[in-house]
Amino acid sequence: MLKVDNIDVFYGNIHALKDVSLEVNEGEIVTLIGANGAGKSTLLKTLSGLLKPKKGVVLYQSQQIGGKPAQAIVKNGISHVPEGRRVFSTMSVEENLELGAYLRNDREGIKKDMANVYELFPILGERRKQPSGTLSGGEQQMLAMGRALMAKPKLLLLDEPSMGLAPLIVKKIFEIIKMVNEQGTTVLLVEQNANMALSIANRAYVIETGKIVLSGTAKELQESEQVKAAYLGGL
Amino acid sequence: MKKSKAFWVFSVLALVIYAVVQGLISVGILDLYYQNILVQMCINIMLAVSLHIIIGITGQFSIGHAGFMAVGAYFSAIATMKLGLPLPVGLLIGAGVAALAGLLVGIPTLRLKGDYLAIATLGFAEIIRIIFLNVDYVGGAAGMVITNMTTWTYAFVSVVITILVIANFTNSRHGRAAISIREDEIASDAMGINTTYYKVVAFAIGSLFAGLAGGIFAHNFFIIQPTTFGFLKSFDILIYVVLGGLGSLSGAAIAAIFLTIVSSYLAEYPETRMIIYSLVLIIVMLYRPSGLMGTKEITSLFKFGKKGGSQK
Repeated sequence: MLKVDNIDVFYGNIHALKDVSLEVNEGEIVTLIGANGAGKSTLLKTLSGLLKPKKGVVLYQSQQIGGKPAQAIVKNGISHVPEGRRVFSTMSVEENLELGAYLRNDREGIKKDMANVYELFPILGERRKQPSGTLSGGEQQMLAMGRALMAKPKLLLLDEPSMGLAPLIVKKIFEIIKMVNEQGTTVLLVEQNANMALSIANRAYVIETGKIVLSGTAKELQESEQVKAAYLGGL
Repeated sequence: MKKSKAFWVFSVLALVIYAVVQGLISVGILDLYYQNILVQMCINIMLAVSLHIIIGITGQFSIGHAGFMAVGAYFSAIATMKLGLPLPVGLLIGAGVAALAGLLVGIPTLRLKGDYLAIATLGFAEIIRIIFLNVDYVGGAAGMVITNMTTWTYAFVSVVITILVIANFTNSRHGRAAISIREDEIASDAMGINTTYYKVVAFAIGSLFAGLAGGIFAHNFFIIQPTTFGFLKSFDILIYVVLGGLGSLSGAAIAAIFLTIVSSYLAEYPETRMIIYSLVLIIVMLYRPSGLMGTKEITSLFKFGKKGGSQK
């Protein structure tokens, strides 16, 4: 579904991604784990068109999308949940969701998807008229995910959904990611919480200072000594 | 369809205000002095509301608004005085050229953010002012002599049009997209919203109505001079928007009305005028740190079309 081939991305002067390649197949949950500053978010931003690769190709459904504007990419079915939630805080929950469907025109479909989001996240339904800035961190994360789902993505890019959340909420968020995936959305998940990410993923990549250093099935990586030592707390 | 309800309420209200004021003028209660204050009020509301769409809605911190007002003032004056066109045509020309100037300034500068954008817009406004200062065709530093043609009716109709267009923009899908840029530009980008496009559009609409206000202003007095449109004027407009509450159209309008009244009342005490004016500003900001209205609209107080028609 998505094939990234040897891309180089610069953040100003910083060479953030070096020769990165990765692949996501339809229906999978793929996770990208790595420390702060390894280039995880940069990779997602490149995929969603917020950054442009200097070199290399990004193929999505066999179409080159690297360097295309974000609007075109969202329209093609890739939706990005940015790091740190970034909800539109003075707008109500409902208005946030409506903006998620900004590029769509099918009123009926939008209505249906909104109902679906409220089903996935019942708390959002209860708070639909509330300004989203007044939601808790976990609720905002759910809203950010719901908003991205409103674009009806085939591929959902999630940037650290567990950031700054209580363990119980993290568990819930990951359950929902699994549900979303079961409903037919492919997921590329960027995480620092390697344990959690590997527990729901099919395959995984490990990124270190802009380079992919390891890849394999989630199970393989969970058992890899290298990963255990560096990301799973050596247990 | 709540939006149209607010629209009708506003239209009826505007008609009533117009009828009452016109009535008072015709029986002679409102003399020329008060009429002049009313026209100034209209001009200031237009300036405030047109800057509101740039700063309050789209979140782009522009502090060069007087520059676009100058463009509107000078070009409408050229149209009426030099080319002999009627005032409405002159106003349209002034507004149109100001919108073009907005596009011209907006396209390169709106990549900048926050403080950098503010400095760039300030610089552009000064450039515009200096250009008028050095063109003899429009009188240079001595200014341009203009016949007084603005009436209360012209000013009022312009205000109503300004408010209707900007309120409609805000409540539309496009307005929502523009607000999302103010709230979080990265998320807005990620939703597939063309943020550059909306920033430029908001900037051009704001410049257009600043130009209209400039045209009304130019024909309200007998002379316009480049010094009138310096950065102090830009700051005056900025004050209306901030005092009213960033993000509130009615707030910007109320602040413009309030400060026009305060400043014309204080005109009788020239020695202490600026001191009292500043004190009023400080007191308001101390007690209402997010402005008179915050981000709320006056309509939401009466529950007409709550939040500008958020439910369809």
